[in-house]
Amino acid sequence: MNKPLVIRGGHVVDPSQDIDGHASILVEGKHIHAIGTDIDVPEDAEIIDADGKHVFPGLVDARVYVGEPGSEHRETIKSASKAAAAGGVTSFIMMPETDPVIDDVALVDFVRRAARDDARVRVYPAVSVTKGMKGKELTEFGLLQEAGAVMLTEGKRSLENNLTLRRALTYARDFGLVIAKETIDADLSANGVMNEGLTATHLGLPGIPREAEIITLERDLRIAALARGRYHAAKISTSDSAEIIAQYKRNGHDVTCGVSINHLTLNENDIGRYRTYLRLSPPLRNEDDRQAMIRALADGTIDIIVSSHDPHDADTKRFPFAEAAEGAIGLETVFAAAMRLYHNGEVPLTRLIDAMSTRPARIFGLPGGTLKPGAKADIIITDIEEPWVLHEEDIVSQSKNTTFEGERFSGRIVRTLVSGKTIHQSP
Amino acid sequence: MQSYRFNFMADFSSSVAKAYNRKHLLGIADLSPHEIQYLLDQANEAVSVSRQLEKKKAVLRGRTQINLFFEASTRTQSSFELAGKRLGADVMNMSVASSSVKKGETLIDTAMTLNAMQPDLLVVRHQSAGAVELLANQVGCSVINAGDGAHEHPTQALLDALTIQRHKGGLARLTVAICGDILHSRVARSNIILLNAMGARVRVVAPSTLLPAGIEQLGVEVFRTMRDGLKDADVVMMLRVQRERMEGALIPSIREYFKFYGLDAEKLAHAKPDAIVMHPGPMNRGVEIASDVADGPQSVIEAQVEMGVAVRMAVIEALLANGGANE
Repeated sequence: MNKPLVIRGGHVVDPSQDIDGHASILVEGKHIHAIGTDIDVPEDAEIIDADGKHVFPGLVDARVYVGEPGSEHRETIKSASKAAAAGGVTSFIMMPETDPVIDDVALVDFVRRAARDDARVRVYPAVSVTKGMKGKELTEFGLLQEAGAVMLTEGKRSLENNLTLRRALTYARDFGLVIAKETIDADLSANGVMNEGLTATHLGLPGIPREAEIITLERDLRIAALARGRYHAAKISTSDSAEIIAQYKRNGHDVTCGVSINHLTLNENDIGRYRTYLRLSPPLRNEDDRQAMIRALADGTIDIIVSSHDPHDADTKRFPFAEAAEGAIGLETVFAAAMRLYHNGEVPLTRLIDAMSTRPARIFGLPGGTLKPGAKADIIITDIEEPWVLHEEDIVSQSKNTTFEGERFSGRIVRTLVSGKTIHQSP
Repeated sequence: MQSYRFNFMADFSSSVAKAYNRKHLLGIADLSPHEIQYLLDQANEAVSVSRQLEKKKAVLRGRTQINLFFEASTRTQSSFELAGKRLGADVMNMSVASSSVKKGETLIDTAMTLNAMQPDLLVVRHQSAGAVELLANQVGCSVINAGDGAHEHPTQALLDALTIQRHKGGLARLTVAICGDILHSRVARSNIILLNAMGARVRVVAPSTLLPAGIEQLGVEVFRTMRDGLKDADVVMMLRVQRERMEGALIPSIREYFKFYGLDAEKLAHAKPDAIVMHPGPMNRGVEIASDVADGPQSVIEAQVEMGVAVRMAVIEALLANGGANE
């Protein structure tokens, strides 16, 4: 067994225990043994001095796209896990939108094995709701869950068929599985590539109305209420969506909701002159909607923040905006970008850590998101003030399609530990 | 007239005034009114060159212009070709719609290949908004946007402005009605920006399904009927309706469109008696415009074609003669 480890003197935030203050953490083996202001430090312990630093439970990212299997040139489980470690993400849920789609037990096994052998962080497979994501036959929810699947999702697709959605939500309820859905109406968004409005008109780009999301979300929630299933809106982007979610929560429905870090920190004007990497789904909305996302995050209407890490090779930058792939990487920047909301005084630190660690772990039943004694020692040590600039050449992820190229941040991951072992340390 | 003043200045001080010293022409939105007027004045002079028996100047002898059209267009491409040739440049046409792009080569790959051939000017048309700018950022030579998606078509707006200016003596305070498929039209966008910059009053007339979001904020008055939109207009500018728009259920049928939005003599009668009728071509007779109007006394559609060559000569010369060439 390794020597005990003590992380001493840092400011610890752990929403799962309402800790927000100076504390030390004793790690023995793979687990947290004690946490508090006067813990007994074993004589042989290795000491990490966290004075002036902030210590949090490792981040849990519930929406990460990886290229493996099928598009390993974009990102492998291994390379994604390296990027995650660099970004302080100690657990992530991998989307099933691969080639082939993760829709049966053998494929879940494949992901689990690859994760065990290659990944530095915990990688949990999500599986598709329907076979091949074709929107027709349900996958084997129970068997998939036994194999290790933690979430059901149709990836970027929206289940169009109301009856299929109802049955999926009803059946998933028996297994306590959450269906995490993106909410974009394919017909209404048609060939749109950015938020509909004056900016799109100026750029001559076809727009996606806000209603494409709002209508689908409202429909989903009605069906979820009917089925009494566990529904998670994966990535909302409009003020109306937040209001609808709040209303369903008030009425006691089992509904949760996420937002991508991009929609909290960027708006449609950042697209500037056709910045291809800012083509996202849902599209970046206007500033009013971004502000609404921040408010909804602060008041808990929005439960969690996701990176929506979606690697695409640099070739996509060689295409015009409308022909480029949707999505951007985010594992390495999600923490630093979220710290902007703290530094601006918009969201308290405890709520941010809750949204990026404790709450996603709780919603999807993952072991992370806490520093309680007995928990796996997934811990990040951070300097929330350290300024830095993101340069493309420093990106760890195999793909470089970031929305934050050249951006300044305050807040950096100093050290990432998984099961008590340091897997990343800032230079 | 303002135009004469700038014209006069340009005559003896083209090297001093530096009225247009950009490397590219990507959109009207980038230009100041001063730059627009400068290009119009230069184009106005180029008209006379084209009307001479000996049409060829030698200013661009030894320079190479490549027309790179990802979207087929006989008219615009020949207009640019003729403009380049009349200035003495060597012009090569590449219609990429039929070549390697279909084999998966990216826009930038194509651009870099051509760039390696050391052209002085690329004239580019592409079906995607922003594509020409993307390409311009990658190559060493000057680039003219000959139309990118529904974004901009700057030389069309300039030739329309020159046509109006020559018929109406100026642009300020004229009422211009742009009618038809505003939603998909780069011609409309460039014209709206240019005409507003030059002090004209711009109206758009279209069914609501063919109007983009936030159009009112672009500085136009929006009309849903031709009668109201054309009332007392000085200029009636018709846009081409793509037939494939019908399939998208944006408009139900050709006959319905013609009935409500097609320009015929009856609707034209609402405009000023001396109003001019314009169309960027190619026309769909009987869809957006009736034949008798297209060929009638108020039509300046053929003049637009002539002005097209002149405007393109002026733009090419402005880009290349002032050292905007391959550095």
